[in-house]
Amino acid sequence: MDITLTTLQAVAVEEREETVTRVSKGLVVEKLGAYYGNFLAVADVDMTIRPNKVTAIIGPSGCGKSTFIRCLNRLHEVVRDARVVGKVMLDDEDLYDPRMDPVAVRRSIGMVFQRPNPFPTMSIYDNVASGLRLNGVRNRGLIAEKVELSLRQAALWDEVKDKLKKPALALSGGQQQRLCIARTIAVDPSVVLMDEPCSALDPISTLKIEDLIAELKQELTIVIVTHNMQQAARVSDYTAFFLGNEKVGAGELIEYGPTRAIFTNPADPRTENYITGRFG
Amino acid sequence: MASAAPAASKRAFQARALFGAANLPDIIFRTIVFLFGALTLLVLIAIIVASMVKESSQSIGVFGLSFLHTTVWDPVKEQFGALTFMYGTIVTSILGLLIATPISLGVAIFAVELAPPWLGNSISIVVELLAAIPSVLLGLWGIFVMVPFLQRVVEPAFIERFPDLPLFEGPPYGVGLLAGGLILAIMVIPTIVAISRDVMVTVPVAQREAMLALGATNWESTTWAVLPYARSGLLGAIVLGLGRALGETMAVTMVIGNQPQISASLFHPAYTMASVIANEFTEATFDLYLSALTEVGLLLFGVTIIMNMLARLLVWSTARASQQLGGA
Ligand SMILES: Nc1ncnc2c1ncn2[C@@H]1O[C@H](COP(=O)(O)OP(=O)(O)O)[C@@H](O)[C@H]1O
Ligand SMILES: [Mg+2]
Repeated sequence: MDITLTTLQAVAVEEREETVTRVSKGLVVEKLGAYYGNFLAVADVDMTIRPNKVTAIIGPSGCGKSTFIRCLNRLHEVVRDARVVGKVMLDDEDLYDPRMDPVAVRRSIGMVFQRPNPFPTMSIYDNVASGLRLNGVRNRGLIAEKVELSLRQAALWDEVKDKLKKPALALSGGQQQRLCIARTIAVDPSVVLMDEPCSALDPISTLKIEDLIAELKQELTIVIVTHNMQQAARVSDYTAFFLGNEKVGAGELIEYGPTRAIFTNPADPRTENYITGRFG
Repeated sequence: MASAAPAASKRAFQARALFGAANLPDIIFRTIVFLFGALTLLVLIAIIVASMVKESSQSIGVFGLSFLHTTVWDPVKEQFGALTFMYGTIVTSILGLLIATPISLGVAIFAVELAPPWLGNSISIVVELLAAIPSVLLGLWGIFVMVPFLQRVVEPAFIERFPDLPLFEGPPYGVGLLAGGLILAIMVIPTIVAISRDVMVTVPVAQREAMLALGATNWESTTWAVLPYARSGLLGAIVLGLGRALGETMAVTMVIGNQPQISASLFHPAYTMASVIANEFTEATFDLYLSALTEVGLLLFGVTIIMNMLARLLVWSTARASQQLGGA
């Protein structure tokens, strides 16, 4: 396994002339705000997301969790009239620097969506290969290796290795979501954002994805939105609790810290209320 | 009144829930709607087809299948074959589509994916206005502007550049297959733009965003995610355009030259099925002539119906596929 990875990295470097092996990076968020038109959906978030850790974002529905993580890979701005204020640093790169290309940001920060969204006209194989091809990788052998590696890491290889040419929609919902994870990690992102990746899945598929997250954090930084407190407690190292402001509605970061601390000994009464299920 | 209707429908709903199946008023209502709607249409179509078959029976009896593959159309000798008209109709329609499809898809992609909303909407409105121009006006524009331009500028240039290619053989008449194809292209662009726009709008945002999140540019997310997802609907749009082109009469008649001949050159005059019916119906002085013209109409009707059914099927299957994916 290790050997494959190293040779693969060597080929990747040759092919693309830049080191795009999986390097985990941290994110530093400063005074981040997100608007839809004039509506402030997320206000004034400061947060340091650590590399090789799983950070869970929890909070009641509508408090701006999705909006917040979509700011981290600059996907928020593709929504009409949406804009972002503040700063996000990926290690020492300023993601909102005017000279920064949002396309480059999204290449290094991948995203898994709430509902599995494989490309329906593509085969299982082509779904995983799509990001590589999009980024200009032409070497078939390299693509094949990368597809296999990604599918293995997404714990899907054994289930699909005999039907790689079948349409992606032939898979079950849980398999489709793991396919989307494979597709995301195939392009070697340094951070993967996941927006309630299990909310449309059954408990067994959910467990598989949680195991997968634990594996992936060896190589990646993961930010996962979840409305499921047990899930946050199970998978994450750090937890951030968001809550909509009672007066203006904008989502705010109420409390952020090691998951154990947040769940056993929250500093803010609102966090405690939420965790104990007293509201939200 | 305003409150009575929801109350009534709520009661009907409760009744259905209670009895499991539809109740009597419901059945009566459905039957009436069915009779007046679907059945009337079917009967109307059946009547039209039946009377056309009856009118053309003489021609069918005399010429049989040879009507479909002979090129002679000579009222004086009472010899009739429809091949030249079928050729003219099909070549101009396909030519029109070849020109219209890339332009229409380009406009639709620009309006939906790339332009800011105000610009996208204005473009759609302008293109749809194009559909409102009466066909005879478009024909006049064709005669006075487009045909002279083709004759003086476009066709001579092609003939000079490709002297050995039968497709562009001279002399430049101006009127002909190319002129017919161009006019048809102008006429089907609004259809294709409008439908492909609607199809592309239904592509789930999640598909675009999945591509964007992999590091695609806007353009790449359109060509890699949106167009493949929408492909059968787009095909449906093109086939609907084809349906429209096949039946179009007035403008084509004015610019195609109306010569029943089959020529490889796009610059030569030709004739279409719809044009020959429009031109010669009033001159058809004996029964066999009239009967032959009606048979041309019957052929045209058959081709158009088949094309339209294909288009509906394609559009329907895309809609169903995107429902299965759950949208969002
Ligand atoms: N595309 C949009 N346009 C306008 N408002 C939006 C849009 N998406 C989300 N919002 C609003 O932003 C707020 C935060 O939404 P979201 O980030 O989806 O919350 P969460 O993921 O925590 O449920 C909500 O009030 C929601 O109504
Ligand atoms: Mg959400």
